[in-house]
Amino acid sequence: MNTIVTDVLIIGAGLAGERTAIEAANQGLDVIILSLVPPRRSHSTAAQGGMQAALGNCAMGRGDNPSIHFEDTVKGSDWGCDQDVARLFCETAPTAVRQMAYWGVPWNRVAAGRKRLPGGQEIYELKEYEGLITARNFGGTAKWRACYTADGTGHTIQYTLDSIVIKLGIKVHDRMEALRLIHNGDKCMGVVARCLRTGKLYTYISKSTVLATGGCGRLYGASTNAVINEGSGMFLALETELVPLGNMEAIQFHPTGLVPVWILITEGARGDGGYLLDKNHHRFMPDYEPKKKELASRDVVARRMIMHMRKGYGVESPYGPHLWLDIRHLGEKHINTNLREIANICRNFAGIDPVNELIPVRPTQHYSMGGVRTNINGAVYGIKGLFACGEAACWDLHGFNRLGGNSLAETIVSGMIVGKKAAEYTLGTELTYSYQQVNNHYNIVRQKIKNIIGGKLNKKRHENVFELKNIMEDVLMKHVGIFRNGKDLLKAVNALQELYHRSRNISLRSSGTGASPELGLALRLPGMIKLALCVAYGALKRTESRGSHYREDYPRRDDKNWLKRTLAYWPEEKDLPCLKYEPVKITEIPPGDRGYGESPGKGGTS
Amino acid sequence: MKNRELTLNIFRYDPNIPGREPYMQPYSLQETEGMTIFIALNQIRENQDPSLKFDFVCRAAICGSCGMLVNGRPRLACKTLTRDLPEVITLMPLPVFKLIGDLSVDTGSWFRQLSIKTGAWVHSDKSFNPNCQEERMSNETALKIYEAERCIECGCCIAGCATANIRDDFLGAAGLYKIARFMVDPRDERPEEKYFDVVSSEEGVFGCLGLMACEDNCPMELPLQVQLAYVRRKMALIGFRV
Ligand SMILES: Cc1cc2nc3c(=O)[nH]c(=O)nc-3n(C[C@H](O)[C@H](O)[C@H](O)COP(=O)(O)OP(=O)(O)OC[C@H]3O[C@@H](n4cnc5c(N)ncnc54)[C@H](O)[C@@H]3O)c2cc1C
Ligand code: FES
Repeated sequence: MNTIVTDVLIIGAGLAGERTAIEAANQGLDVIILSLVPPRRSHSTAAQGGMQAALGNCAMGRGDNPSIHFEDTVKGSDWGCDQDVARLFCETAPTAVRQMAYWGVPWNRVAAGRKRLPGGQEIYELKEYEGLITARNFGGTAKWRACYTADGTGHTIQYTLDSIVIKLGIKVHDRMEALRLIHNGDKCMGVVARCLRTGKLYTYISKSTVLATGGCGRLYGASTNAVINEGSGMFLALETELVPLGNMEAIQFHPTGLVPVWILITEGARGDGGYLLDKNHHRFMPDYEPKKKELASRDVVARRMIMHMRKGYGVESPYGPHLWLDIRHLGEKHINTNLREIANICRNFAGIDPVNELIPVRPTQHYSMGGVRTNINGAVYGIKGLFACGEAACWDLHGFNRLGGNSLAETIVSGMIVGKKAAEYTLGTELTYSYQQVNNHYNIVRQKIKNIIGGKLNKKRHENVFELKNIMEDVLMKHVGIFRNGKDLLKAVNALQELYHRSRNISLRSSGTGASPELGLALRLPGMIKLALCVAYGALKRTESRGSHYREDYPRRDDKNWLKRTLAYWPEEKDLPCLKYEPVKITEIPPGDRGYGESPGKGGTS
Repeated sequence: MKNRELTLNIFRYDPNIPGREPYMQPYSLQETEGMTIFIALNQIRENQDPSLKFDFVCRAAICGSCGMLVNGRPRLACKTLTRDLPEVITLMPLPVFKLIGDLSVDTGSWFRQLSIKTGAWVHSDKSFNPNCQEERMSNETALKIYEAERCIECGCCIAGCATANIRDDFLGAAGLYKIARFMVDPRDERPEEKYFDVVSSEEGVFGCLGLMACEDNCPMELPLQVQLAYVRRKMALIGFRV
């Protein structure tokens, strides 16, 4: 057994993981970060839009403050968020952005003078704010608050944080996948991990462990997420049987993912006047939303698109039905200057020139609001020495709908706070573990691998891991998508349960030796199906509509019965999560009207 | 478009198995509309050979994971469409970098070493005051730094560089670009002389033969040669002084 010992072990080198690591290392602790990929390849680098913080420097952000940010966040969440967390977050975000500037992020700055917005409105940037950090507009906010660096916000924040990680000499073990949390029923003591270069197993022993493993978008067949976002931190926590996942049914969809690669086409295309067309080249949005047309809020547009395709107006393709995005009428000049990014994506990834051709799009999974449930300090429920932050966690800042730009801000702010709390905990604890216990967990993983590779003889069936994964993706896409109803959700739960049983009989097509990618997936898939079941079963039981969770059979928000958070536990040997509920903390703003949209569940995302 | 039957000849080698020689393995595949090398390789892994190793993360030309030689040219595989290629496609791992297996190479470690060697972070004696407004900066300067930071560390420029292929200490276009990023940042208080040791040698700017392959191969279309000339000029000026 190869064993490595450290004070703080961080699983994940995205923004949340690296920010946490810096905080803990600054307290003088020994920190190791594990990651599937080199830090700068983490999913966080793909965020282009921006990071919310109430600085109030630009003309359209003037008068902004953390209280307005707080109000936007609570309404956006459809009153599903923890208001103490939201308050702490909004108060800390401005400092977080400024510290990133100090470390090197080249935030765009205020340039003084008169400007004309695309809609014709004139604004005036004041001299006294010149050179301070500026912001852009995002959905669901009262002020322009999203700080950004051109079209590469995630990239610059990740590169800057990683430069500080390098400067501080924090150890990063990349291509190292955590497979199991080591614990004694009371306390977490590290992980068992598999090296993705050689396939060798390692044990990491630590005083405290932080899950910063990102979202689980890849449970769905069509996701804007990076292909490594398979939610592994979430099922690692679930598999302790001690830790609950919060609100897993809260999944956010974006209207325009590019078919068939599901890369995000930003809202700018529709903002500048693009249309959505069906298979008959009919512009259908005005039929449903006569006032706002294509520019109704994202969840509404996504719902309308799915509805229209269900009626048979989708365009058939080898990759499933889709609709068209049409920007041809905006003209070559406009497309190649103002919409350059979108045009490049279309050319590079679909071989389509949007100047003369239609863009195939379909609503696409985008973000997971749910995750490993923690308290306001990031301490995970049910076990000591384990923390979580970023998209992997349910801290719970987002409730049932995340506002665009609040996720990048959450990774940094929660990294600061959780890093500090994890360090405090670590400084006050001893490294205690028994060889026996560590060995037990190590052997469980070894046995699993043996069963998958060598167990062909005694299995009744030989299931193909890729086939099962495709079925899981399809079930979620079909039955646990944007529109949900009791009948379909029940179908999904049944299908996923069957799939879960089948996943116990996975056999490999390859030898599975070394850093076999097939073995890697075979080890993850049962956990992924568990997460899929938490999503589907949580959605089935939640008989109301709130934020992104829309039930056709229960189209209203129901505060009397459902102002509560789902907590999903997984008892070993069961094939269904055990659901419990806890009240949502309301401290400042009681449930009310969100102030936008006529149907429940509206709000901006990024 | 008529869909073709493609043949992908793929380099196979597992350095963890002693005694096994590298070889090329052909796979045939039906081309579909809008197919990229990303889609093609995943189909091969799912349906034909689940042992095949390759790296994709963002599959959107953002993260820099998927550099490989496509018919001999360093390319990001995720943004390479099969329709732009002939029916027979040869895929090889990027040279220069340590091979992990098949098409997977360790660009991550190479770039980490580069960052350590060049001190690629903002060097400043100031401390952060959480109660103060941010230091001001013109938007122009911010954009200039952003342009210099757009490299995604994919390694395509390094793999196609004649010097990097023979000198493993050569910083390459990506390395010099990184140095330029901190030179243009007013927050970095390093005097230019500090860069001199790393940059003004055969492993730095003066190792470059000026063949320009780096710029041709850069999937981000970065002005690598312009930045290189900028660093070279600065170093030459200091060279006169010391
Ligand atoms: C296309 C797109 C655009 C977006 N744009 C914006 C935006 O403009 N503004 C905004 O606020 N939000 C945006 N988001 C959301 C935001 O980018 C993410 O929510 C956020 O970056 C998540 O950061 P993270 O650190 O939690 O996780 P990630 O960045 O996903 O990092 C997870 C890390 O965990 C590691 N890991 C995972 N599992 C394991 C394991 N088992 N063992 C070891 N390591 C592991 C990975 O290697 C990785 O390093 C966008 C999302 C998408 C998909
Ligand atoms: S997979 Fe990220 S650049 Fe190709």
